[in-house]
Amino acid sequence: MTGASDLASTCELAVIGGGPAGLAAAALAARAGVQTVLFDENPGVGGQIYRGITASPIARREILGDEYWAGAALASEAKASGALIVNGATVWGLDRNLLVSVSVAGKARMIQARRVIIATGALERPFPIPGWTLPGVMTAGAAQTALKAQGLVPDGRTILAGGGPLLWLLAAQMLRAGAKVEVILETAPRRNWLRALPHAPDFLLSPYRSKGLSLLREVKAKVQVIPVSAIEARGKGKLEEVAYVAKGQEQRVKANLLLLHQGVVPNVNLALAAGVAHRWNERQLCFEPIVDSDFATSVPGIAVAGDGAGIAGGTAAAERGRIAAIAAVHALKPGASTLDAQTVRQSLQREEMGRGFLDWLYRPAESFRQPVGETIVCRCEEVTAKQVRDMAAIGCEGPNQMKAFLRCGMGPCQGRLCGLTVTELIAEVRHTTPQEVGYYRLRPPVKPVSMAELASLPISDSERAAVDGRR
Amino acid sequence: MFKRLGDAGAALSFTVDGKPVRARAGDTVAAALLAAGIDHCRTTPVSGAPRAPYCLMGVCFDCLVTIDGVGSRQGCLVPVREGMKVETQEGKREAGR
Repeated sequence: MTGASDLASTCELAVIGGGPAGLAAAALAARAGVQTVLFDENPGVGGQIYRGITASPIARREILGDEYWAGAALASEAKASGALIVNGATVWGLDRNLLVSVSVAGKARMIQARRVIIATGALERPFPIPGWTLPGVMTAGAAQTALKAQGLVPDGRTILAGGGPLLWLLAAQMLRAGAKVEVILETAPRRNWLRALPHAPDFLLSPYRSKGLSLLREVKAKVQVIPVSAIEARGKGKLEEVAYVAKGQEQRVKANLLLLHQGVVPNVNLALAAGVAHRWNERQLCFEPIVDSDFATSVPGIAVAGDGAGIAGGTAAAERGRIAAIAAVHALKPGASTLDAQTVRQSLQREEMGRGFLDWLYRPAESFRQPVGETIVCRCEEVTAKQVRDMAAIGCEGPNQMKAFLRCGMGPCQGRLCGLTVTELIAEVRHTTPQEVGYYRLRPPVKPVSMAELASLPISDSERAAVDGRR
Repeated sequence: MFKRLGDAGAALSFTVDGKPVRARAGDTVAAALLAAGIDHCRTTPVSGAPRAPYCLMGVCFDCLVTIDGVGSRQGCLVPVREGMKVETQEGKREAGR
């Protein structure tokens, strides 16, 4: 394992995140002769989509499906490319001068890069329903991670709720693994079809079609699917039952585990802290970095590849990583031979084709994005929807002011689980747009760092002299 | 809430609040806690409500635990090791840990 003290103080290309975009980018750049370091926070590479790909204990490959195992090729290409891959590495800072701050096993280092590709991917959209903080309520992605990386399957009465491709994939994987799903509560509004339909021709030509439809068939043959307009998790100290409203009637069902999912959104924290300009994407209902066709951002030298640049899925993420890496190679090693960007762009276009249809079809309902009453919005500081709404109504104009009033977004998750909700609530109450309201102002460290980690930074003689006054 | 598929990975043992717990090589601390049926790993500093792992991907911070004396570690990002001492965390992180 590479430790902090093994890291050089400079590198040509720093790739942050070891999912499909990061692995593909690092492999391409390193093969072209660029000195490349890939930092990944998890114990092994793969990101979330290929989580545990190099060490999954799952022996029956059909449980996770061929598309999961396809990630093994990306991981081995990156490993063979000569890129330095550092796992267990948390990047907590990146500035406009391309200084990367990273901690590995409790020791911090600052590394000066000449180019940076942020490939920090996506996280699941907040799903603020009453009771979503109870033990026994998790994200669908969490259950999938436990399955891929540790071979754990839900046991007891399990309910899936929400919408989107990942929810159906998880249901299918759980069923193949022998787990039972009591019911799937479907939250995407039926009227979404109206806006999705114009995108249907692209979807029908895209790789999503056949795999998507067969997943739906596989799951619906075994599990009841109920369209619902409200969901509540209830219990004393842990989940005991799930209440939902179907056809205007409240129903209750006993449950040990509720798995929530309503799509994924870009993980913007590091890019925002680096000063990268973002904008609101109304179709995907999230903020995303403004990038050009090479995935370069507003900050010279920083690119954002993969789902972090807007949600397009794992295979598209790899192509985006390659395009960003080709640009980095051209900048760092003019004349080095590498893939033709045009070919990669064509594959990317194919991969992105069905996206519009899926985005509109599974666009989450307002009632599941803009909660009311005592429903918790900020899980860390336990701030409720009513508090945020009341504060917006008396004049609070933005998320940063909201922090000062309510502390929302100031806990350890740094707004990852409440940022979009707070922005949308303010926009709703103040009759404006999320673009106008904006997002939390993020600054490094984008993940908590201990004083001991900071104290482990190498100190130069001149820095020491500046503090203790001796020469 | 969770059970193991098959029997992959070498067995190892660690402690949670002093009690021995079995895990598998390749488990993260959070996964090992879920597999062991632990119902919560911390209580919140604000209301004292119990919390358990929520996202398992390093973003929610609900799986914060004290590991080998260091407080507020993200259990989902730390591989479990033989003999590791994990403690559930009540309210705020204690000073000096």
